[in-house]
Amino acid sequence: MANKFLVYLDQYKGKVLPVSWETLGVALRLAGEMGGEVAALAVGAGAQEAAAQAFQYGAAEAFYADDASLSDYRPEAYSALVSRVARDQQVEALLFPTTTRGRETAAMCAIDLESSVMPDVIDLQVQDGKIVATRPVYAGKIIARTVSDARPVVITTRGRAFEQPQADPARSGTPQAVEPAVGESSLATKVVDYAPAEGGVTLTDAAVIVSGGRGVANNPNLTPPNGMDEKQAEIWRAQQGFKLVSDLAQVLNAAVGASRAAVDAGYIPYQHQVGQTGKVVSPDLYIACGISGAIQHLAGMRTSKVIVAINKDPEAPIFKYARFGVVGDLHEILPALTEEFRKRLGR
Amino acid sequence: MKIVVCIKQVPDTAARVVAENGQVSWGDAPLVMNPWDEYAVEAALQLKEAQGGDVTAISVGGESAKEALKNALAMGCSEAVLISDPALEGADSQAVAKVLAAAIQKIGDVDLAFFGKQAIDGDMGVTHVQTARVLDWPALTSVSTIQSVDPGAKTLRVERTMEEGRVVVEARMPAVISVLKDIGEPRYPSFMGIRKASRATIPVWTLADLGIQAPQSHVTWPVVENPPVREVKTEMITGDTPQEIAAKLVDKILAEKVL
Repeated sequence: MANKFLVYLDQYKGKVLPVSWETLGVALRLAGEMGGEVAALAVGAGAQEAAAQAFQYGAAEAFYADDASLSDYRPEAYSALVSRVARDQQVEALLFPTTTRGRETAAMCAIDLESSVMPDVIDLQVQDGKIVATRPVYAGKIIARTVSDARPVVITTRGRAFEQPQADPARSGTPQAVEPAVGESSLATKVVDYAPAEGGVTLTDAAVIVSGGRGVANNPNLTPPNGMDEKQAEIWRAQQGFKLVSDLAQVLNAAVGASRAAVDAGYIPYQHQVGQTGKVVSPDLYIACGISGAIQHLAGMRTSKVIVAINKDPEAPIFKYARFGVVGDLHEILPALTEEFRKRLGR
Repeated sequence: MKIVVCIKQVPDTAARVVAENGQVSWGDAPLVMNPWDEYAVEAALQLKEAQGGDVTAISVGGESAKEALKNALAMGCSEAVLISDPALEGADSQAVAKVLAAAIQKIGDVDLAFFGKQAIDGDMGVTHVQTARVLDWPALTSVSTIQSVDPGAKTLRVERTMEEGRVVVEARMPAVISVLKDIGEPRYPSFMGIRKASRATIPVWTLADLGIQAPQSHVTWPVVENPPVREVKTEMITGDTPQEIAAKLVDKILAEKVL
């Protein structure tokens, strides 16, 4: 019997997150190597449209569930449904993108299906008919090749680790509706409010990241407004520094990152933190400004394709990892760099 | 309220972790409480202070994990229990989740079980959700703020930080919560706390004490390797003015074709 690979399409308000197509792409490759085909499943408001798109990316089948009980994401309701479809379809492997929703739905499905999950994988190979998943552990200080002896194999794939397949508008199909697995009365949670995040590129999706460290607070030419105490003045200075970081980020359509030191000092909110206890990122270009390069920070960004370091201290460890280094004051270099990119990129 | 916080002992973040002879080694780096779990302990203690009750820290691990539990006691947890059994060697996340769920049930009448976001060794980030699933409790992950708790009605309201923004969720208790750093800086152990912890005898529960068999694990790591060494040749960009440096640097970056 042909193997079936089920891909959970993570979508938000009908918009499929690009990492979902990357997951679908690697599932197609596995199906090609192991013999079989790929089905896609989307859940929640807008799921039908999301599932329909899966045909263009190469899915042989698509399922969707759009019910009032599923319109807000709740892991319990989503997992029960995904597990049931996986069981009904007798899938060989169940794949999710590594997002908050994807990871926790995968984790719960693993329990429902008496399996285990291999989350956040960066490579998948077939060896002796078995799926071998490569996972960075210890924040990427170690690479583990992991296998699961349970069926289905449950996997989540890290964003930007796999290629997105080409969409072919000529391919199309009709997604099949599936019913929710649990009723509203058996759910113990309710979503009561949403507050959308401020715009801007998020770290984990970003192809380019511009990050600031403690050095952003060290502009000697700034005079803080009167009446600030020392700590307030330091934060004010840092915010002026991060303004320069985000100006460059804007021109490069980049996300703004930060070192733990900058976050802990209160310069910028935690969601910008890159490193072992922040986000682990691997963009094409990472520009580190005023970051010395502690081991915990390096663990979070050292697989970036091209690293640029700007630091006053020529001895800063970050330079050892950088393709290009500038020893200098970021407060002078960054505005010049932003201006130069603006000119050259015509933005 | 009866609160449990689940913690793990891991090598310190500053450890130079390497693969040696097919094993992960961290040399003589200290073992510490997983940094994310410190936030879980902090959240649990804040809630206890606001609502009354007690906080029990539990951990699945070897004898050495008692040190992490002592740290939890020093921070202010009332009790600590180590779950340790030779049969748990190499347990995967769902197996650990089943053990934690059994321990939480043995403690009994637990309202909330706190977890950190993930452990910095395996970077799995799924054990909390799986524990919730085994217990059939709601999982409230990536919680940045606990907005309110009503112990009488057994409900709570939390704010979660997701990719698209903040989501406020109401849930029935008992529930599992995993917290983010936004919950507040973990407190330092007090002098009294350290004294109390140093004298504490931490009970050890085996699988027999929990009344369960070793759950079957499915995931193994047959190969662990060091990441490929990247040969980085650093090119320093210099110039007389910031403008000159910027122009040279932009040339170089554009030549890398990453934009």
